[in-house]
Amino acid sequence: MSPQSDTVTNPRLTLVGWLRWFWRQLTSMRTALLLLLLLAIAAIPGSLVPQRSSDPNGVTQYFADNKDLAPVLDAFQLFDVYTSAWFSAIYLLLFISLIGCVVPRVAHHWRALRSAPPRTPANFSRLPASDSFITSVGRTSAIERAHALLRRQGYRVVRYDTDARLTVSAERGYARETGNLLFHAALVGVLVTVGIGGGAGFTGQRVIYEGQAFANTLLAYDSFNPGRFFSASSLTPYTVRLDSFTTVYEEKNQNAIGQPTDYTAKVTVQLKDQAPESTVIKVNEPLRFGNTDIYLLGNGYAPQVTVRDVAGDVVFRDTIPFLPQDNNLTSVGVVKLPDGLTEQLGLVGFFYPTVSEGHSGAFFSMYPDLIDPMLTFNVWKGDLGLNEGVPRSVYALDTSNMTKLTGQKTDLASLELRPGETVELPEGLGSITFDGVKKFVSLDVHNDPAQGWVLFFALVSLGSLLLSLFIPRRRIWIAVTETAKRGGFAGTTVEVGALARGDDATLEARVSDLVAELKTELGT
Amino acid sequence: MTDTYSQFSVLSLYSAMGLYAIAFILFTLDLSGVASSKARLARIALSLTWLGFVWQLIATVLRGIAASRVPWANMYEFAMTGTLMIMLVFLVVNLKWDIRYLGAFITGFDLLALGISATRYYVEVVPLPPALQSYWLVIHVFVATLATGFFALGFALSLAQVLQERREQATTEKQSNRWAWLSRLPSSITLENFAYRLIIVGFVLWTFTLIAGAVWAEKAWGRYWGWDVKEVWTFIIWTIYAGYLHARSTRGWRGSRSATLAMIGFAAVIFNFTVVNIFFKGLHAYSGLS
Repeated sequence: MSPQSDTVTNPRLTLVGWLRWFWRQLTSMRTALLLLLLLAIAAIPGSLVPQRSSDPNGVTQYFADNKDLAPVLDAFQLFDVYTSAWFSAIYLLLFISLIGCVVPRVAHHWRALRSAPPRTPANFSRLPASDSFITSVGRTSAIERAHALLRRQGYRVVRYDTDARLTVSAERGYARETGNLLFHAALVGVLVTVGIGGGAGFTGQRVIYEGQAFANTLLAYDSFNPGRFFSASSLTPYTVRLDSFTTVYEEKNQNAIGQPTDYTAKVTVQLKDQAPESTVIKVNEPLRFGNTDIYLLGNGYAPQVTVRDVAGDVVFRDTIPFLPQDNNLTSVGVVKLPDGLTEQLGLVGFFYPTVSEGHSGAFFSMYPDLIDPMLTFNVWKGDLGLNEGVPRSVYALDTSNMTKLTGQKTDLASLELRPGETVELPEGLGSITFDGVKKFVSLDVHNDPAQGWVLFFALVSLGSLLLSLFIPRRRIWIAVTETAKRGGFAGTTVEVGALARGDDATLEARVSDLVAELKTELGT
Repeated sequence: MTDTYSQFSVLSLYSAMGLYAIAFILFTLDLSGVASSKARLARIALSLTWLGFVWQLIATVLRGIAASRVPWANMYEFAMTGTLMIMLVFLVVNLKWDIRYLGAFITGFDLLALGISATRYYVEVVPLPPALQSYWLVIHVFVATLATGFFALGFALSLAQVLQERREQATTEKQSNRWAWLSRLPSSITLENFAYRLIIVGFVLWTFTLIAGAVWAEKAWGRYWGWDVKEVWTFIIWTIYAGYLHARSTRGWRGSRSATLAMIGFAAVIFNFTVVNIFFKGLHAYSGLS
């Protein structure tokens, strides 16, 4: 191929030309299809690798288990697939393609809605479905009755007559395209409102035990995830107090003894300067209050302990939420004693609601309810690491600068306490008392100002999907002509032709039905 | 009493499986064309399938009575209700169009699914955990299984369509007699039309499942969408079928290619039901297996 012919077949494109070409490619059906399939494929890795958004602990664990691989995956944003640059690029391109495709079609459909059905084609046999019959009814009367029949069936009808041929052109099913366009517009609505909601709202988590209250302020939350445009002043001032928390356990079904069947948190909520109200939060029954939704997402036991020094003065008294470890609610928690005693102490506690002893001598809980509770502690002495300014979890003890005083691999047994009991701390440091147990709940507080709109657009998309898939868009033409004399009999030929726009598997059936209806109408 | 009902439920299910097994053999013989009286064979097979369906329906209802709730709250029950829905869609659609040629696939598929779940995933009746105590369990899961029924038939028809298209090509190239059993099936165009008309129903139901699931997730978990593994796969399936619908109006993609997408879509549904339920960690951990 010579350079000359190259210049002939590939004329230089200007920048605008290139852009136009690119736009046409992007908004083509083929590109939309490829982007859709790409989106489906791109979503897969997020189900294989733990995600920071839905499973942050899983991500931490993954990093610990795969020291070499995890940073590589992280570089490709595989722990944040659904907010990653590449995933976002795909769905944004898809939506641009969608908009570019839909907008011209809206204009086209708008014109189609206001224009008459198209002229009748000359030759019906070229249409995907057609049929004809002969009737003895006169041609004017025949076309008028056909016209009326189609109109009754909801078609938009118009007559196109010539001297030799009287025709009616009919079209129906405009709602199919209306639905199609509305469906795609509603998807854009879903995307936009999801984005707005994520940006303007917040989610916060807070653990409270029975009798404890918290105020809806930034500082009161254990963890808080604001949207990008969230402002703290938008928090409605209110308080929530947990009055009681009860769990119902299955007691009859032998296959499910001890399985929880109901969680009920009785709470008192109070808006600023308003009367308090008592209400209930359950799983599946969140409390909608003060512009927020409050969900019951977790629960467990919170033992109350008191620590006294050698003189018998109280140096620590608190109720500490312990994290459940299994179905029978063996729970783990930490008591940190930075001040008041001669040494810094860290106590790693195990709580067993119904304690039992295994063959090895280790304790375990055999039932989740409080039947025979016991609290044990392993005591650590040394530096708690609280003065370094590094944030420390209240649920974990960093023992790197500490010495173990009781429990396994030490000379002393773990401290064991029943409710109301007091035992001495090792090395004559003081004493600890197990005062009792309360239940705690973990509450999620959410605010998403746009979620009602997300639902609205989702329902619009569902409704319009029904229109766009199940309403057939059809053009029907009926033409009548005088039949040439044949053996002294003059009749009228009625031709019916139909064209579907979009998928329509029942077009031929419709034509034969219509022919039958016309015959009845014309008494043929 | 609970035990008695669930035992009768298991017995009924095994009866249904026995009937499906015989129906499967007869449907297969009918397809292969070895029997001379073909029409009668398919008719008997279909009657047995109806009978099996009734037994499976009894099994499912008894399981629900035993548990005093809807019978779709763990892996075993999902399989029981899911295959029941596939069977229901098959039998009802067969009243309208003669699709007995799918009988071998449908009975075979249901038999396999029921066999595996009854032996591997059977669990005793236990009460619902608080997270599942919602009327959305009735709506969301039921519609999802119904959608699965339509997608299953869409899969079978698309598979038949692809094979038929190959045979039609081979026939025009005068290498006929390949896959002669397919000659008793409708043309690939008809199969494609049938598949499309069922899949669009499935797609609408799936869209509803997705929305209903989001509404429920908002109530139970405090967010309507959180890319939980099950949500991810529900989204992937929706996107694949959306791709299928677009493929049908894209030049060069009608026919075998769009049919392949329909088949991948159903494969993803099965993946979502099996592998995601059993091996993936997520909030939808309701298989009842430990």
